[in-house]
Amino acid sequence: MKKALAALATATMLMTSVPASADLIVPNLSYRTGPYAPGGIPYADGFNDYFTLLNQRDGGIGGEKVVIRECETAYNTEKGVECYEATKGGGALVYNPLSTGITYQLIPKMAADGIPLYTPGYGRTSAANGKVFEWVFNYPSNYWDAASVAIRYLLTENKGDLKGKKIALVYHNSAYGKEPIRTLTELSKKHGFTLTQVPVDHPGQEQKSQWLQIRREKPDYVIMWGWGVMNAVAIQEAANINFPMKNFIGVWWSGSENDVLPAGMGADGYKSLAMHGTGMEYPVYKDIKKYVLDAGKASGAGDQVGSVLYSRGMYAALVISEAIRKAQAIAGKASITAADLRNGFEQLEITEARMAELGLPKFGQPFKATCADHGGPGAALIQQWDAKAKKWNLVTDFIAPDDDVLTPLIMEDSAAYAKENNIAERCK
Amino acid sequence: MLYREAGDFKTSYVADSQTFPIKFDRIRYYLVLAIAFGVVPFLINDYWANAVFVPFLIYAIAAIGLNILTGYCGQVSLGTGGFMAVGAYACYKLMTAMPDVPFVIHVVLAGFVTAGVGVLFGLPSLRIKGFYLAVATLAAQFFLVWLFNKVPWFYNYSASGQITAPERTMFGIAVTGAGTPAWAKYLFCLIILFALAWLARNLTRGSVGRRWMAIRDMDIAAEIIGVNPLTAKLSAFAVSSFYIGIAGALFFSVYLGAVEVGEAFGIQKSFLVLFMIIIGGLGSIFGSFAGAAFLVLLPVLLKNILVGQFGWATDLAAHIELMIVGGLIIVFLIVEPHGLNQLWRVAKEKLRLWPFPH
Repeated sequence: MKKALAALATATMLMTSVPASADLIVPNLSYRTGPYAPGGIPYADGFNDYFTLLNQRDGGIGGEKVVIRECETAYNTEKGVECYEATKGGGALVYNPLSTGITYQLIPKMAADGIPLYTPGYGRTSAANGKVFEWVFNYPSNYWDAASVAIRYLLTENKGDLKGKKIALVYHNSAYGKEPIRTLTELSKKHGFTLTQVPVDHPGQEQKSQWLQIRREKPDYVIMWGWGVMNAVAIQEAANINFPMKNFIGVWWSGSENDVLPAGMGADGYKSLAMHGTGMEYPVYKDIKKYVLDAGKASGAGDQVGSVLYSRGMYAALVISEAIRKAQAIAGKASITAADLRNGFEQLEITEARMAELGLPKFGQPFKATCADHGGPGAALIQQWDAKAKKWNLVTDFIAPDDDVLTPLIMEDSAAYAKENNIAERCK
Repeated sequence: MLYREAGDFKTSYVADSQTFPIKFDRIRYYLVLAIAFGVVPFLINDYWANAVFVPFLIYAIAAIGLNILTGYCGQVSLGTGGFMAVGAYACYKLMTAMPDVPFVIHVVLAGFVTAGVGVLFGLPSLRIKGFYLAVATLAAQFFLVWLFNKVPWFYNYSASGQITAPERTMFGIAVTGAGTPAWAKYLFCLIILFALAWLARNLTRGSVGRRWMAIRDMDIAAEIIGVNPLTAKLSAFAVSSFYIGIAGALFFSVYLGAVEVGEAFGIQKSFLVLFMIIIGGLGSIFGSFAGAAFLVLLPVLLKNILVGQFGWATDLAAHIELMIVGGLIIVFLIVEPHGLNQLWRVAKEKLRLWPFPH
């Protein structure tokens, strides 16, 4: 039985692993099933649609078509590894798995295989230190930036003083959710607020006891690090205990339509961080409608266009495509390798003028990568949910994080990683 | 026919009680071994190692472990995921605390640590059995996962709560870490699996195994004929946890390289291994292999057919895959409630009599 199965598997897999030549191959380790699918579907759609747009409108990047290899991970690390191994042959250029767990798996593997890993706004924060993490890029923002921006925003709300305030952190009890704890602990020392940690276990449908605890302790603010079904449940529970929504701030992964719509009017006034703008007002959407949607080439059901996470997937695809362009310019050829693309990522600069040219003016912050800085400026916006209009409104401009606190933490964590894995610092 | 008994005479007790009494089976077994050790390592690449063989080998170890407890000794356990986590965290702590000790010793020590924890959680089995014991071991599952999430000492105070395997070498070749060649990963797991399966087979047909089976079949009768339920049950828990701990250690260090306890060792892992032994066949070593192969390889195979060959959308394929695997499990258990092992045994019986069945 075992042998028969293995033989059958051999035959099938040998047939499937024929690489396409000369195209730009971008695997998409997406998840459209499981408890995190509400976040995974729009992101994957946005990611695919942007490359479809480039293929349809411009004939690819630099004359080379982009081929997307999608693989379903279900947010599961074992399947993520399987997907990585299945797609890495045949010239895969870059990975963007949208999962902190899978990112942690892939960081050492991809450094060994020489393929860049792009993790905008998630993954391992200290990968921002390019001196240690040669193959990982997480600009424009990361988790610790997010934690710092949230606190900075609360500082402006409280005239620069958070002394004696109580802040609760409701977080997904995993690597992802634990990321901000270290930063928030440091910031609580600096600004004198007390931090309560309230973990929620995977997948997060059961949160009654956590919100009873919040009702009992009456924190002034609640910060949330949630993903997937956990967000919607948390917002519903917060509404149930009448927690003032304007004092409830989610990270950017807790700020999509899927999270607030189930709570109806109860979610009115809920805030979240945002690392880019959202909505259909940007000129690029005209092209997406014309070349992708109306041409019947939309990824998935095509019903996610213009949502927060669709925009984020599109933004990730945009940064990757710009890095490919840069790499093509550096290498002087259109069909680049993964190593060329790494150089492209490292020398990438996206200016406001370039964003406007791409049809996304004032969408994201401009940034410039260097050999040492793979993390970007890290600023973020605050958006607020208007339940009547069913719309996110930006309530602040870009807020910069507190680099005085973050830089030493990043240096400390990346140095620990370098020591564990015998990595010599680059970028002398 | 291939399976014939005529001319296959046994002239000693040793020959009569061997694991593969039929010559054709014996040859087949040595052939499989020769291919596994002598051919596969030369052909294997990263995809085959990481997506197919290494998970299969590791799950086979875990399935043998659970089969010893549930299949041979009749003690239902839903704590497999938790015990695998003990193995993984023990291995991690040992690897980081004593980097100079050979890695294989850490793996074995992790097995012993898990055996200790397993005995601790096996204590209730002296008073309760069946569903009640399943709930007690379920408590172990949740407690252990909670513990490894809660106490930062276990993950060396890392910011994310993940444990990451540092690079360790055997004879100058990396067996953990990103630089591990595919064949080294495969061979390391294969050798451990081979040793453990051999040990399990011999344990289960010796006096220890007979005691376990006596307890399984009827514990009161076993006690009357002189089997001490305390030592029998606790030894089953210890041996089973030893195997599962080793599987957990390999799962973390060789296969994935980094794990997060809630995600990698959650309740679904306990169910997965339990399904493996139910489908493979309770109380059989071959069944553990067959069950692990069924549940590890089939989804990968289906994914490759549905997405790779037919070009279906990945989400549709993922859902269909769940339905097919689930449906096949039901069909298998209706056709043969005693699992793949029994199916295989019946097929062999029929082949031995072919072409004159009675």
